[in-house]
Amino acid sequence: MQDFLFLFRGGNVPLSPEESQAHMQRWMQWMGDLGKEGKFVGAQPLNKTGKQVKGTSKVISDGPFMEGKEMVGGYLICKAGSYEEALEISKGCPILEFDSGIVEVREIAELKM
Amino acid sequence: MEATNSVNTLADHLFRHESTKMVSILTKIFGTENLETAEDVVQETLIQALQVWKFKGIPANPSAWLFRVAKNKAIDVIRKNKYSIQYDFSDGEKILLTSEYTITRAMENLWKEELIEDDLLRMMFACCHPSISAENQITLMLKTLCGFSTPEIAKAFLTSEDTISKRLYRTKEFFRQHKIKLVIPSGEELKLRTDSVLNTIYLLFNEGYSSANSDHPIRQDVMNEAMLLCKLLTENRYTQVPQAFALMALICFHSARSESRVSANGELILLPMQDRSKWDKQLIQKGNEYMSMAAFGNVVSSYHLEAAIAYEHCMAANFKATDWDKIIKYYDWLCKVSPSPVNELNKVVAIMQVKDAKTALQELESIQDKEKLTSYYLYYGLLGEIHTRLNDFEKAKYYLESAIQLTTSEKEKKILTNKLEEIGNQVGGMRNQV
Repeated sequence: MQDFLFLFRGGNVPLSPEESQAHMQRWMQWMGDLGKEGKFVGAQPLNKTGKQVKGTSKVISDGPFMEGKEMVGGYLICKAGSYEEALEISKGCPILEFDSGIVEVREIAELKM
Repeated sequence: MEATNSVNTLADHLFRHESTKMVSILTKIFGTENLETAEDVVQETLIQALQVWKFKGIPANPSAWLFRVAKNKAIDVIRKNKYSIQYDFSDGEKILLTSEYTITRAMENLWKEELIEDDLLRMMFACCHPSISAENQITLMLKTLCGFSTPEIAKAFLTSEDTISKRLYRTKEFFRQHKIKLVIPSGEELKLRTDSVLNTIYLLFNEGYSSANSDHPIRQDVMNEAMLLCKLLTENRYTQVPQAFALMALICFHSARSESRVSANGELILLPMQDRSKWDKQLIQKGNEYMSMAAFGNVVSSYHLEAAIAYEHCMAANFKATDWDKIIKYYDWLCKVSPSPVNELNKVVAIMQVKDAKTALQELESIQDKEKLTSYYLYYGLLGEIHTRLNDFEKAKYYLESAIQLTTSEKEKKILTNKLEEIGNQVGGMRNQV
């Protein structure tokens, strides 16, 4: 089993309160299923605010750093046996109910010293 | 202030029962090792309710209000301690409490109405864990499952608050060290653990019923709470065993008589003198219903037999009409199912109603392990009664005096002193169980 990081981008589509509630319910379901399978490690949403600190001069600049539709809105870490499995898991993510939704799947590296 | 008064009255009643639910749910969330956190959340919720309700009035659905505030406080606790305390959220959906995506809904799901019954049952199993002493089990039950405060428990036990705090501390320490899981066991284990929960409820009820201690009204509350806990067992599919129904019947029969046991000026009234019209017919009826529900399977437990004996007393139109032969038969059976010198002693009391004092004395002397009774005031009380009947007043006096020394209850002392005074007048009239 390896750990995979999912970065959620985009998918910021305006929803009615009911739609929004139903949508959150599916996030809950998706993460809950991962939890039951023992594959859920953690997940947090991120605020839209942010700043960047850059380079040796440590210059601080305001975010957002990308266009809104590609901004990272949250992350999830889960366990999977392979990239294929991780990709399969990511397909269940409710952010993909929107065309603008993106899940970036990255394997968390083990640094061998 | 009228509003304040009604808030306080409602709060007393409501808080006790809602807080037991909240503690059970919160302990499910935070684990038994964090029982104190659960208690703190409940405490803060109740304080907030009192503060807000006094000004804004009681909300339409007070219990929903309490639950909502407690949920929010629980979420605050998790958020605040995210990096300092590692709560064990590895069980099932609890893991979703670690993510901001899901924490609110996960919390909501854990508080679902339909889960509460089992949450309370799990809490009962934890409180009655076999590694916890009976005394500490009862204390914790009173605290977490009956919603009593430490001073109230101290009053019920006639002991200091300090003693109660220590007992609670020890049990919590045990939970902390062993991280006891809140589970409903299965198979043989379920049977054993249900037995021990029943036994604790039985002891709890006795604590309330027993005249040996204080006359504080809290004792009636203890009896009522024991009944509620036992009722939960009879309603939960996991614990609907014949013994649970039998214990419930026993509690109903005894509770039905509780009002007639104390006179207007607070003195104990013994069975022969009790005003039977004061017995609660509805409770007796309820007891009958539980009794018939207890009659399945091939289990005859001590609760069945004690309930059957209590039933005979409840059914007799007056003391004289009591079917003592039947009662003696039940006692014989009881002594086989649950051999104990106290049961034997009670049997002798029944025997004395139909046989002469000499036979009673022989029976009493043939009790096995009767040394165990030598610290029990009723043993001497009975010896005193027997010797009174045998016209051996010298001995009777001696035994009654011993009994008076052994009981801590002023009420019991009063009754025994009265007997002592009556000796000269040769007044008999034996007392069965009070």
